[in-house]
Amino acid sequence: MCTTCGCGDEAGTRISNLAGELQTPGPGHLHSHTDEHGRTYTHEHPDSHQHAHADSHDHHPGHADGHHHADPGTETILLEQNLLAKNDLLAATNRGWLAGRGVRAFNVMSSPGAGKTTLLVRTLTELGGRLNAGVIEGDQETSLDADRIRATGRPVIQINTGAGCHLDADMLRHGLDALSPEPGSTVFIENVGNLVCPALFDLGETAKVVIVSVTEGDDKPQKYPHMFMAADLVIVNKSDLLPYVDFDVDECLRRIRQINPRAEFITLSATTGEGLADWYGWLDGATSPAAAPTPGAARPEPLTGSLTEAH
Amino acid sequence: MHELSITQGLVEAVLHRTGERTVTAVNLRIGPLSGVLADAVRFCFEVATAGTPMAGARLRIDEPQGRGRCRNCQDEFTLSDLILLCPCGSADVEVLSGRELMLMSVEVA
Ligand SMILES: Nc1nc2c(ncn2[C@@H]2O[C@H](COP(=O)(O)OP(=O)(O)OP(=O)(O)O)[C@@H](O)[C@H]2O)c(=O)[nH]1
Ligand SMILES: [Zn+2]
Ligand SMILES: [Zn+2]
Ligand SMILES: [Zn+2]
Ligand SMILES: [Zn+2]
Ligand SMILES: [Zn+2]
Repeated sequence: MCTTCGCGDEAGTRISNLAGELQTPGPGHLHSHTDEHGRTYTHEHPDSHQHAHADSHDHHPGHADGHHHADPGTETILLEQNLLAKNDLLAATNRGWLAGRGVRAFNVMSSPGAGKTTLLVRTLTELGGRLNAGVIEGDQETSLDADRIRATGRPVIQINTGAGCHLDADMLRHGLDALSPEPGSTVFIENVGNLVCPALFDLGETAKVVIVSVTEGDDKPQKYPHMFMAADLVIVNKSDLLPYVDFDVDECLRRIRQINPRAEFITLSATTGEGLADWYGWLDGATSPAAAPTPGAARPEPLTGSLTEAH
Repeated sequence: MHELSITQGLVEAVLHRTGERTVTAVNLRIGPLSGVLADAVRFCFEVATAGTPMAGARLRIDEPQGRGRCRNCQDEFTLSDLILLCPCGSADVEVLSGRELMLMSVEVA
């Protein structure tokens, strides 16, 4: 991570705009990062908005409170801070930034290939002008997903994380800088396909949407409890394949309930369109952060999928 | 592997505080329900500290037990994973400990 700004640059993150070019830097701070392969990246931060970095830059560690002297020669410095504290602080900044503009941001997470891009493309196409939305695409490499989104005519920003396996709050901040979403609009964030670490990194999003597809097995919630615990909405995708696979929707939902009593459920098929109305209904009901500052707070009841409704 | 970025963040947080001073030991607390594997952090530590004043520092990781309390029967029990199920059958379990992911202290020369 870069000590100037806390960018998660260890894997050589790159952010590119619609035209597929690297985002051109505005007046900001210039610094370079060297990744684990020895490549050096230099970037400036487009300071189109205030970038509240987490560091307080206390340069007097020797005079800081909360330490005592153990034995002559060594000194113990008490720190007692969360290892994710910096990310959490940047996430809180994002949350405030989004709330200030009334922008809703949905962090969409799943295993590789569960159908995130397919669902987003279909949603943007079908809702058309009814939903003013842009997309931030997170992938390790390539802009293939961003190209699929761009074909819908919606603004899209690609974040390539290189070797990094998740988006973090600083990457989202840079993505939002580049996307510059209109006040009152919606931003879908397609996280890197991975059910493990994206769960640990709060982005400051309005809600976390986790997609599991029926070809993955109904024991996914048990195998990846952190992800399902963090979810506000769980989508069971590829319902069109249910007749061909050994996936018990009720069983999957029961397992999710054991880990997360408050998540909502929707079963759908992003290719046939079955169940999509529930998803659109959820999007309608998901309140903007300006209206409901606490994410994951009360949403209209009728959108909550019940065990029976899921069939 | 998110443990690598977390360990890099750890190194950054320590160096921010200790500057050029040689760090001889780092004390962490990582619970079994934190989503972070202590062994993976140990594995990443050497790589992440190489070439910094933390190189060669001793890494101690305190791994507290996961504990939960059932809101239904008030029973307290050990949690080894995030499957929050009380022996009484209730899934309404409050996690008391085990999610810790803390940088506790460092020792400097
Ligand atoms: N049968 C069926 N196939 C689907 C459905 N949704 C997506 N797929 C297919 O699943 C494959 C992966 O879909 P993507 O939308 O690229 O998945 P993704 O989650 O964006 O994948 P990554 O970005 O690589 O993590 C594609 O071949 C899709 O056509 C569905 O509802 N039913
Ligand atoms: Zn930054
Ligand atoms: Zn940077
Ligand atoms: Zn995708
Ligand atoms: Zn990761
Ligand atoms: Zn009980």
